[in-house]
Amino acid sequence: MTRIPISALVGLVLTGVFFVVAVFGDFFAPYGMAEIVGDVWEPSSSEHWLGTDAIGRDLLSRVIFGGRLTILIATAATILSFTTGSILGFTAATIGGWIDQALSRFVDLIMAIPPLILALVVLSVMPVTPVVLIVVMGLLDSTRVYRLSRAVAVDITVMDYVEVARLRGEGRPWVIFREILPNALSPLVAELGLRFIFAILFISTLSFLGLGVQPPLADWGGIVKENKEGLVYGVAAALVPAIAIAVLAISVNLVADWVLNRTSSLKGSRGA
Amino acid sequence: MPDNLLEIRDLKIEATVCPPGGRPHDITIVHGVSLKLKKGKVLGLIGESGAGKSTIGLSCMAYGRAGVRITGGEVFLNGRDILKSGAADLRALRGKEVTYVAQSAAAAFNPAKKLMNQVIETTIHHGVANRAAAEKRAVSLFRKLGLPNPETFGERYPHQVSGGQLQRAMTVMALCPEPDLVVFDEPTTALDVTTQIEVLAAIKEAIRDTGVAALYITHDLAVVAQVSDDILVLRHGRMVEFGPVKQTIEDPHEDYTRALVSVRSIVHEEKQPTTEPLLAVESVTARYRGTNFDVLKNVSVELYPGQNLAVVGESGSGKSTLARAITGLLPPSQGEFRFAGRMLSPELKHRAREDLRELQMIYQMADVAMNPRHTVGTIIGRPLEFYFGLKGEGKRQRIQELLDEIEMGKGFIDRYPAELSGGQKQRVCIARALAARPKMIICDEVTSALDPLVADGILKLLLDLQETEGVAYLFITHDLAMVKAIADSIAVMYRGSVVRYGPKSDVLAPPFDDYTDLLLSSVPETELGWLERVLAHRRIESAGN
Repeated sequence: MTRIPISALVGLVLTGVFFVVAVFGDFFAPYGMAEIVGDVWEPSSSEHWLGTDAIGRDLLSRVIFGGRLTILIATAATILSFTTGSILGFTAATIGGWIDQALSRFVDLIMAIPPLILALVVLSVMPVTPVVLIVVMGLLDSTRVYRLSRAVAVDITVMDYVEVARLRGEGRPWVIFREILPNALSPLVAELGLRFIFAILFISTLSFLGLGVQPPLADWGGIVKENKEGLVYGVAAALVPAIAIAVLAISVNLVADWVLNRTSSLKGSRGA
Repeated sequence: MPDNLLEIRDLKIEATVCPPGGRPHDITIVHGVSLKLKKGKVLGLIGESGAGKSTIGLSCMAYGRAGVRITGGEVFLNGRDILKSGAADLRALRGKEVTYVAQSAAAAFNPAKKLMNQVIETTIHHGVANRAAAEKRAVSLFRKLGLPNPETFGERYPHQVSGGQLQRAMTVMALCPEPDLVVFDEPTTALDVTTQIEVLAAIKEAIRDTGVAALYITHDLAVVAQVSDDILVLRHGRMVEFGPVKQTIEDPHEDYTRALVSVRSIVHEEKQPTTEPLLAVESVTARYRGTNFDVLKNVSVELYPGQNLAVVGESGSGKSTLARAITGLLPPSQGEFRFAGRMLSPELKHRAREDLRELQMIYQMADVAMNPRHTVGTIIGRPLEFYFGLKGEGKRQRIQELLDEIEMGKGFIDRYPAELSGGQKQRVCIARALAARPKMIICDEVTSALDPLVADGILKLLLDLQETEGVAYLFITHDLAMVKAIADSIAVMYRGSVVRYGPKSDVLAPPFDDYTDLLLSSVPETELGWLERVLAHRRIESAGN
């Protein structure tokens, strides 16, 4: 293992903390998510570390459960976008011809429309459940993954070792998963971090606009929305989830930066 | 006036390397090399890759590539130690007293500027001459180096001239500021043989006429024998032998030099064609999609079981395209292939698995022919699994057998390609081809990226394997020395057509057609005076015409 730079270490630890808190939210949260336990916008106290929200729910518990939802949706959407995007991208690159053309132009078409507008349109006619959110976000994001993985794979498919596999008579799955994927992994892993951050920002934006996670459940964007009136009265409740979004985005970014640096200097070496 | 123009004493050079996956560490690349060069003389530096030739060449300008440090010794140029010079001194020295000719002229020229501006840039910059005088000098050098239309040659852009011409333009660039020393770093290696001989002759003449001293770096002993006065043989950054060219070539003292001189000593008895050819290429014509130009024109050749067919030609002659057509990557527009008594489908995707198995291929660049993320075990094991369904212990055993056959040991099975040397990589590729138990292997320039001694080892291995496995080889190559050594029959290709084809003894015996004659006479031989003899012969012929 090579030495991890301090910035990446900080990023790794913080990201780890976020994920642990998200997964074991029940253990950490002092109250339930929708439980009304106090007055409106109580300041922080020993009972409510971060105070209470617009209708008297414990803010800390809400941020913890909200984080769980945010991270769950963002993770699932990222996984979905990477599987669809990379498989389609690799396939387009290996087959080429009109299939490649059709897929690529379709992706161009989707990317020409701002994703937020497109998502708002789709979500306004669909029932807004977490699954629908994941699918919409995942598919929209997969266009970017498609572009990257196709570009990487086009460079790899012209290598002699891919030709060797084709001359051996290997089928497309072997070429894609055993010849191309291991060599395309480094840039994809680096991109994974960045796409995850964008997914978090995206779901938060949607919820803030009211088309994301629906009440009484709430993700971080939703909690900001619920408490934004408080800012006028000097109540900082809306800032807590906002800070959580910022910290998670920055820490994942620190890790992604490190991965990107590491992979670009070690091209063609063992492992990833 | 000091006796020696250049004197290097006990030069030591270190570099920091970052092996893939490992920690960066320091290695010594030149261990105490000393040499002397008199004014007007040419010293040949010869050695395999990694011998430190280029590093020593650059140290004559007190320059080291990124990560390279000169850690000891002295480099005297015109009587002063340039390693102690400051930056301003070095700036005045580089490009004026010492100039450099790189291997790849195509990569060294700026594609956006006309040749003349680039050729005379340093001359003007160093104040050796004003623009008019520099241009005049460049034009006279263009003429001396035999470039076409010397008056207007400088008006062209780099992409408008051929590779050989560009290499000569670079020599003009180096000679223009009237330097004391020119460092030639493999100036002819990237060129075709017939072009190489022209450039070689031009460089030699220019050196003689201008009286400049030169350091000529190459891995090709035959080339160095034609141009140098002295030879310094290097290996792994150490001096092996240093002496006059005649003595070094005719009576080498060291084993390593002897091995270099006697390289290509392979003996292969020419076999006679048997009744039934293994592969028959019948009147094949092919073109790339979207072009209207036939890359292969009516090509017919035959390869007999257990024999070697060599397809020779320069770059662009269509020899690699022939291999692509045979493997099915480029379906021909006309003609057909018969293989082991069956018709081969023109398209790869319609070929039977048996056809694919029996027809294997080895590539020129072994490092891109192997997936960098697969271990040697996976690379060799996959064909076993794919064609024969071998798994587990049986597969491992067979891989071990194959590794033994290519003279590599047990330890290699879990290594990655990046952890192998160039020769070892090519051996693994051979093992991968053999794993399929093929009847025929296409060898596409398999030795041209390798050092001569390593290449020799690979060829010997291929021939030994032919004895035990009975496999036939189709060699695609531009290396005529190799063809002479190993072929049973030869096809000479020129611009997509086979211009001469037959058993080796016939093809290599006169009377020759014009192209074969040109090709054969252009292959450098490690014999003093060869260049002059060939050139004289050609002058007589052209006078006769």
